[in-house]
Amino acid sequence: MAKTLFQKVWEAHTVRKLPNGQTQLFIGTHLIHEVTSPQAFGMLRDLGLKVKYPQRTFATVDHIVPTNELKEPYSDPIAQEMIEALRKNTQDFGIRFFDTNTGTQGIVHMVGPEQGITQPGTTIACGDSHTATHGAFGAIAFGIGTTQVRDVLATQTLALSPLKVRRIEVNGPLSPGVYAKDVILHIIRVLGVNGGIGYAYEYAGSTFDNFSLEERMTVCNMSIEGGARCGYVNPDQKTFDYIKGKPYAPTPADWDAAVARWQSFASDAGCVYDNTVKFDGAAIRPTVTWGITPGQAVFIDEKMPALESLNAADRATAEDAYKHMKLAPNTAIKGTKVDVCFLGSCTNGRISDLREVAKYLKGRKVSPSVKAIVVPGSQLTAIQAVHEGLDKIYIEAGFEWRGAGCSMCLAMNPDKLVGDQLCASSSNRNFKGRQGSQTGRTVLMSPLMVAAAAITGQVTDAREVFKV
Amino acid sequence: MSLAKVTQVKGLALAVPGDDIDTDRIIPARFLRCVTFDGLGEHAFRDERTGPDGKERPHPMNSAQAGRIAAAKQGVMVVGFNFGCGSSREHAPQSLWRFGFTAFVGGSFAEIFFGNSTTLGVPCVTLSKDDLAECDAFVRANPDVDLSVDVEKLVVTAGTKSWSASIAASARDGLVNGKWDPIADLLDGAAAVDQCAGSLAYVVGK
Repeated sequence: MAKTLFQKVWEAHTVRKLPNGQTQLFIGTHLIHEVTSPQAFGMLRDLGLKVKYPQRTFATVDHIVPTNELKEPYSDPIAQEMIEALRKNTQDFGIRFFDTNTGTQGIVHMVGPEQGITQPGTTIACGDSHTATHGAFGAIAFGIGTTQVRDVLATQTLALSPLKVRRIEVNGPLSPGVYAKDVILHIIRVLGVNGGIGYAYEYAGSTFDNFSLEERMTVCNMSIEGGARCGYVNPDQKTFDYIKGKPYAPTPADWDAAVARWQSFASDAGCVYDNTVKFDGAAIRPTVTWGITPGQAVFIDEKMPALESLNAADRATAEDAYKHMKLAPNTAIKGTKVDVCFLGSCTNGRISDLREVAKYLKGRKVSPSVKAIVVPGSQLTAIQAVHEGLDKIYIEAGFEWRGAGCSMCLAMNPDKLVGDQLCASSSNRNFKGRQGSQTGRTVLMSPLMVAAAAITGQVTDAREVFKV
Repeated sequence: MSLAKVTQVKGLALAVPGDDIDTDRIIPARFLRCVTFDGLGEHAFRDERTGPDGKERPHPMNSAQAGRIAAAKQGVMVVGFNFGCGSSREHAPQSLWRFGFTAFVGGSFAEIFFGNSTTLGVPCVTLSKDDLAECDAFVRANPDVDLSVDVEKLVVTAGTKSWSASIAASARDGLVNGKWDPIADLLDGAAAVDQCAGSLAYVVGK
């Protein structure tokens, strides 16, 4: 019987059926970071349990690391306590830690792919909702809570129920100035922020075939913003080429067998999906959010919705959103003044993002009214960018060039909005207070749109600013 | 490990309106700067409850009703649709549970929030849209009446009113049988786990 990748990976990792009807699912790769793991290690110690497969858990530190301070102890004693707790826990239990002094630290969803830990046909769990990022490689990857982090540490398994699979097909070439970020913002806008509850999203179609692995990661990353715990793209030659030669990739002797195995996990022709949704890639335009959920989005040249055009439930959220954002219904978002620009995050902090923006940024200057920061997602990305001279282009343009981490995506480190500042952000969430100020405002967009906002001091169309 | 059987949860109810309430709103990220869950209860919905000027805002969590629930360490939160979306932080249900909420009744729940709550022994049951609106209106009009969430019979009752409720069968089974924390069952499968691990090339290092 023809099967989806989700079904095949699920079956290969099924340990047994639990008494409550759920599946005990083997988690081949477990990623941990400093925020959602300390309590799990605490529970493990309370129960007197060991880590069952320490070599299948990998740690890094990302959420709380300052991006403008390298020396420890950090000026924030809580950040210092959290990084030290992770050092102790990984040492006590024999877990590999990509620490800040290794040149390999970074956002956990960048470290996995960079190290070749993220592979097709595997199951990956992490105490972080953006774990679906790894689905770009044809892995079944999802976010879990801290008690579940304990479960994986102690048993290398989770109690789960299978998901339905929705195929999201995007076909055709994207217009110039339209990026993977616009594709996922558009998908969420159309399917809703809760449209994916109960589903894994399989992204497919010629647009995805043509995407690089990094672009696929941008889309899979935001599956959770559409309510889907898990999103993936079937593995292909690009996937295998990306993994080849990475530290944790199969050895040359095992390579051909690994590729054959990976290929066998791809969804079969003729497999049955629970449903299918199709989009025309050519119809997608640069997309920005205007509200307090990632689904509240418009094309840059559209007006924000009039309240009377929305159904009753959406209207209540929209009214709340307009009030928080200090924006008016039925007006253009283009031209809205911007105070801060943030380029980074597990959605758009990769080398391809930094390269693409640098291409256009050369010779341009950030508006004097804007504070602009660029935060490479990982140390390896930062090193590569410096090697290519990209840092100079950003610094010359007026961006602050920072160290690796999650930074202003969720402001658990010192990078925060102040008061009701409006931030043009390449991150993934525009929730109230998300960027560290209760009254702060976030407008999500692609990296190039962030750069256009930085230069003009307003939400604007990058295609016009950069003559794309 | 023996756990309480969660067959019925009863307590005063608090309606917290709105759809798509994310876990950043339930517990802002700055309160995740910690290595234990202790003390999270007092910060639940912090930025919704307190303005930037440090003054209390009108919010259900600031009401006398919320105070009674916090004192009793027992209560039911009545919420909208897609409650608990966004970040996977278990700190969200932990903060509400530590505040005093022992069950949630809503239109729908984000999956990770649902799982995190269930693992704490806190049921998240759903009602149909119309029933939820009626339940919400009832608890606002009758703050002294206990709301009862019967996980076994899948019914929510208050006074003479009752509404039929839903919850994933596996969660219901775990709650009513005192197996809402799966760790014991997962540990039981250790031999089968090793067998599965041995069958996976990438786990054995190929």
